[in-house]
Amino acid sequence: METEFTPWVSLAGGAMIGLAAVLLMAVAGRVMGATGILAGALMPLSRADGAWRWVMIAGMVSAPAVYLLATGDWPEITVPVSTPMLVIGGFLVGVGVTFGGGCTSGHGVCGMARFSVRSIVATGVFMAVCFATVYVVRHVVGV
Amino acid sequence: MRLVLIFAIGVLFGLGIVISGMGNPAKVVNFFDVAGTWDPSLIFVMGGALAVTMVGYRVVVPKDRPLFDSAFHLPVARQIDRRLVGGSAVFGVGWGIAGFCPGGALPVLGAFDASVWLFTGALVAGIMVARLGPGLLARRASA
Repeated sequence: METEFTPWVSLAGGAMIGLAAVLLMAVAGRVMGATGILAGALMPLSRADGAWRWVMIAGMVSAPAVYLLATGDWPEITVPVSTPMLVIGGFLVGVGVTFGGGCTSGHGVCGMARFSVRSIVATGVFMAVCFATVYVVRHVVGV
Repeated sequence: MRLVLIFAIGVLFGLGIVISGMGNPAKVVNFFDVAGTWDPSLIFVMGGALAVTMVGYRVVVPKDRPLFDSAFHLPVARQIDRRLVGGSAVFGVGWGIAGFCPGGALPVLGAFDASVWLFTGALVAGIMVARLGPGLLARRASA
């Protein structure tokens, strides 16, 4: 299924993600990695450590409603894969980001912005493997 | 005040995800489908996020401390090991299969789409198994 190429809104959205990362560092001194925030919320080191993470997640989850108020539409979510793929993929993502120590936001944005070699390696690996996986799923297996 | 700001930062991040298209798996998988219905938009998301974060971190991180904490909490790990590379590879497979990454999925939980909740449930299960599983196995082995 085709999706429309949206360079400008994607650039603007990316800049907002970056601004959020900078502000979280300036306010709380924390790296804005979705994996770290979620894992730390599920298994917090202390009550205060869990609190800011849940507040951050609550803010994130409010975004579609804010978007609805601003534009009159819910954000478009089209899932091009089957339910088993969603569940198996989700589980693999959870295991992978835990061992890999981060995901697209943590390694790909915050870590790369700090020129962390670990993050550059991790991002290179997960992007390359994702390209290969989508090729196999769509063009070899043909789902 | 700190938590109010963190909530607002969460909203900003979530809006960035929604506007950029990172919360729409059809768009994400198409970015990785170079041989098929390729949509290069996500390059602009990463580019925008990275550019802003690189510049912003240069301004913020050299300061003595963040506004609401006594020190910055920057990751200290440096080693490139099998854990990092293997974990990132597994993440890449899961991302390619499901089309969501953690930072893409969390904000759109607020759009009340069942598939996002399903993915996130599997994601949380994967994180818990990867966090707690090795410890449980070690305990059983030593018992």
